[in-house]
Amino acid sequence: MLSRWFDKRIRYLFVMPALIFVVVMMAFPILYTFRLSFTKWSMSATRPPVWIALGNYVSLLFNDPRFWGAVGRTFAFTLVAVAVETVLGVIIALVLNRETRGQNFIKTLFLLPMIATPVAVGMVWLLMFEPSIGVINYLLGALGLPQGLWLASPSQALASLIMVDVWQWTPMITLIVLAGLASLPREPFEAAIVDGASRLQTVFHITLPLIKPTVVAAVILRTIDAFKTYDIIYTMTQGGPGFATETLNIYSFVLGFQYFQMGKASALLMVFFALVLGLAIILNWLKKPLAV
Amino acid sequence: MSDTMVTSNRSRRKKQLRNLGYWVVVALIILPFLFPLIWMLLSSLKVQADITRVPPVWSFTPTTQHYRAVFAEHDFAHYIFNSGVIALGSTAFSLLLGLPAAYSIARFQQTKFSLGILVARIAPGITFLIPWFMLFSRLRMVDTYTSMILAHMLVGLPFIVWVMTPFFEGIPVELEQAAMIDGASQAGAFFRVLLPLTGPGVITSSILAFVFSWNNFMFGVVLTGARTKTLPVAVFNFMAYSEINWGGLMAAAVIITAPVIVIALIAQKYIIQGLTAGAVKE
Repeated sequence: MLSRWFDKRIRYLFVMPALIFVVVMMAFPILYTFRLSFTKWSMSATRPPVWIALGNYVSLLFNDPRFWGAVGRTFAFTLVAVAVETVLGVIIALVLNRETRGQNFIKTLFLLPMIATPVAVGMVWLLMFEPSIGVINYLLGALGLPQGLWLASPSQALASLIMVDVWQWTPMITLIVLAGLASLPREPFEAAIVDGASRLQTVFHITLPLIKPTVVAAVILRTIDAFKTYDIIYTMTQGGPGFATETLNIYSFVLGFQYFQMGKASALLMVFFALVLGLAIILNWLKKPLAV
Repeated sequence: MSDTMVTSNRSRRKKQLRNLGYWVVVALIILPFLFPLIWMLLSSLKVQADITRVPPVWSFTPTTQHYRAVFAEHDFAHYIFNSGVIALGSTAFSLLLGLPAAYSIARFQQTKFSLGILVARIAPGITFLIPWFMLFSRLRMVDTYTSMILAHMLVGLPFIVWVMTPFFEGIPVELEQAAMIDGASQAGAFFRVLLPLTGPGVITSSILAFVFSWNNFMFGVVLTGARTKTLPVAVFNFMAYSEINWGGLMAAAVIITAPVIVIALIAQKYIIQGLTAGAVKE
């Protein structure tokens, strides 16, 4: 009897626990943050939030150069990092793509940067970027190339963080493209050889068009994640020097948990959330015409 | 005859050369991607004076002093335990809620639910951090395993549903129908017939849910205290002490990364499948 009753409602009973969890832990917090974004509150227990309507949004959008700086840096970081990762990742995949015995071992090694703990990765790059004792400046010097100040310089810090992101995530594009390459049909390539096409011609006219949907999907996944990058930036620079590497993620953390401006932080979080969601929707909408 | 032997020899040598060339190129490409991890390990085994020496020292007598110090002076065993409990707990509960949900979404095409799960995967974690902090403070749950496990489940659960739904879609309905004709209930068919078949998917998604939790930094910074501090937070705090103790820092970085790398070496097939899920159609 009981199992009959269960079976009849299984589609809901099976989904319910997960759904309740997501509602309590996600939907409810978002609504709470939304409400808080119309108030002024320093998280004090004795002084409750004061309703200031759109005050926080107005102050963010019209009176806060730090906000617009963070918006610009978030987009710049994402755009440059993902572009470099895509080009590098696809080239590396095309070079590596071969049916050899060592192929799996190569893939395993490529997996390590993206799976290693970001905080630990941040620490070792901090040591390597160190201008006086770091190994990067030493190697550049040994090769007779100009050395950098890296994270210590406001004009180089963001680019240095992008370098770390490229190091971490180029392998992801490579691995996705390798998987895509492995699933391609053989016939077009055999036909190309018969027709006497050169290797470059084959790559540009056959391989790349065939793996385009895979690359587009990889770029979408990567773009959304890059936009939300937090660990690396917070551990290495905390947004500094000055505000040179302060992205939206970092600025909202600082507003909320260092300045305790909960209302304004909430408004920023809503803007950030809307941007991520909008980005995801636009990318998904672009996917169809791009992927064909 | 000797002519053909010469050419075949020559072509074989050519092939060998080309093979050698391929591996040289592979090594050149991979070296920059491995170097920071190698550097981390090397630096953790050097004495402080050697770490800051320019030009860098390449051959030295390894020392374990930093590892001993990290455990003796900074209680890292405690942080390893905390990270382990939270990662295992959040993975287990995410599986418990996520597997039935993924099955139901796949079998009954509950696209609305899957959309909610997808939003959870896309939304930046920091969006939830302020309300969580306030909620957990009020319930006196800051610095407890429960609050950290719940927080990490918001990463693990959507990921498990996202990886597992296509797995369940790939299993023909006839299989569970056959089990049900034999007298099993649908729930029974799910547990006894379907779950064993999706083993690889369960391995993939639980390994990655574990790793995501183990690596997670943002939630721990706000939600943990002295009692439940996780490894990434401990490593970060380590740096905040007056002068940077590079040796200790690198030893701590190796300690936190080593388990993840061991997992990657053992289960690379599953991990690649999980990380590339959603981009490559199986």
